[in-house]
Amino acid sequence: MYSEKVMDHFSNPRNVGELENPSGTGTVGNAKCGDIMKMDIQVENGVIVDVKFKTFGCGAAIATSSMATEMVKGKRVAEALQLTNKAVAEALDGLPPVKMHCSMLAEQAIHAAVEDYIKKHPEEAAGLELTQAE
Amino acid sequence: MDRIYMDNAATTAVAPEVLQTMLPYFSEMYGNPSSIHSTGRDARRAVDAARKQVAQAIGAQPTEIYFTAGGSESDNWAIKGTAFAKRDKGNHIITTAIEHHAVLHTCQWLEKQGFQVTYLPVDEYGRVRVEDVEKAITDKTILISVMAANNEIGTLEPIAEIGKLAHEKGILFHTDAVQAVGAIPLDVNAMHIDMLSMSGHKFHGPKGIGALYIRKGVRPDVFMHGGAQERAQRAGTENLPGIIGMGKAIELATQNLEANAARMTRLRDKLIDGILAEIPEVRLNGHRTQRLPNNVNVSIRYIEGEALLLRLDLAGIAGSSGSACTSGSLDPSHVLLAIGLPHEIAHGSLRLSLGTDTTEAEVDEVLRVLPGIVKDLRAMSVLNAETSTLGANCPFMK
Repeated sequence: MYSEKVMDHFSNPRNVGELENPSGTGTVGNAKCGDIMKMDIQVENGVIVDVKFKTFGCGAAIATSSMATEMVKGKRVAEALQLTNKAVAEALDGLPPVKMHCSMLAEQAIHAAVEDYIKKHPEEAAGLELTQAE
Repeated sequence: MDRIYMDNAATTAVAPEVLQTMLPYFSEMYGNPSSIHSTGRDARRAVDAARKQVAQAIGAQPTEIYFTAGGSESDNWAIKGTAFAKRDKGNHIITTAIEHHAVLHTCQWLEKQGFQVTYLPVDEYGRVRVEDVEKAITDKTILISVMAANNEIGTLEPIAEIGKLAHEKGILFHTDAVQAVGAIPLDVNAMHIDMLSMSGHKFHGPKGIGALYIRKGVRPDVFMHGGAQERAQRAGTENLPGIIGMGKAIELATQNLEANAARMTRLRDKLIDGILAEIPEVRLNGHRTQRLPNNVNVSIRYIEGEALLLRLDLAGIAGSSGSACTSGSLDPSHVLLAIGLPHEIAHGSLRLSLGTDTTEAEVDEVLRVLPGIVKDLRAMSVLNAETSTLGANCPFMK
């Protein structure tokens, strides 16, 4: 039911762990529905230089977490805010319909981490708009 | 090591002897049992012999055995057939919260048709209390349906006592014995059972064949119209190879029941003890002793069942889970919720169901591999003693 890419990211997840002093962190989901994702990002000069995740969840939850971290690593925070669940799912060569909510969580977790970073660094918000306008 | 199959509660391999017995009935003795010629009569004799084998396994008469397409069909027939046949007497059905969906969804559908259904709760081990059954009985109660053994957590239900109670009150008693046939001794008379569902592929028979035992004199509505097969109660040309295979399989299963049960119970207990000893923060789901000889069901904290199954599969081990992600819905198993588990603990369940062919070496291999996989997944998980809302001293892990 899972693509080879999903199984690859599930079996060898990238960027597992936590950051010591993250610039931003986001946790989404809950134990009731069976998936919780936590993302830590390290931002330098508006660029996500490091990202780590920890996930309680199914194979798709782990694979989408892993793929989402790869997709935002090295990107500007404004770009990370534009990450969509659809892009994560496509990068994994698709997900079964019942697992699309996992990609939603991955998108939300990345966005939550970036928003946390912006909240802690309001001075960056102005620069962010500049970046987006480019 | 070859792949280790520990999902025998889902389905079993057809036993070689069963397959050999079936094979001639595909293209040599392929007659229609309803035909008058000798090819048909040969087929009829074979069906009659299989019906006798099935009847003997549960202490019934051959005329009380009706072949169906499987356990789900048998459950549907017993419950819907009785509900509509007894509609004049009453509209109340008693069942339990932990039945298979073939029973639960059938009952829920009957509620939409105007029937009333009581879904009895179970204790922390998944056992129904006989006194709860008694309290639920009203003068409108027409049927009590309680499974013989739970398919997820393996808990054995007090069906003999419930059957006795039902008969004292003049109420029909049905039991879904899909997991119990071939695993524990069953006797429809001693246990006061009016209808009993079974499925061939759970005891090393083929898929697509099952049976419903219907006590003489009990008359649920006709299930399938259109022919005289199965005493005109379930029309359709007989699944000849399936029936032959199921007959042989149930004969083998009941002949070797004691030896198989003793062997599997020992391996089951070794697996349970090993998991509880090797992995911290694990609980056994279901009863320690009042359980099927082949069922192991544990909840492993901080990890999710589907991820665990995928990792086990990559290591060559087949199991199953009651997590939401394996059910296609957002809720974990209704059985695990019914025994009182919080969602977080229910999502981390793992069922390993042994077969008659499971070896000690396979159990040892699972015990060798599982702790490492759990450790890996826990290292990846955001949940731990600090982050879990259930806290460090979760009462469900005692």
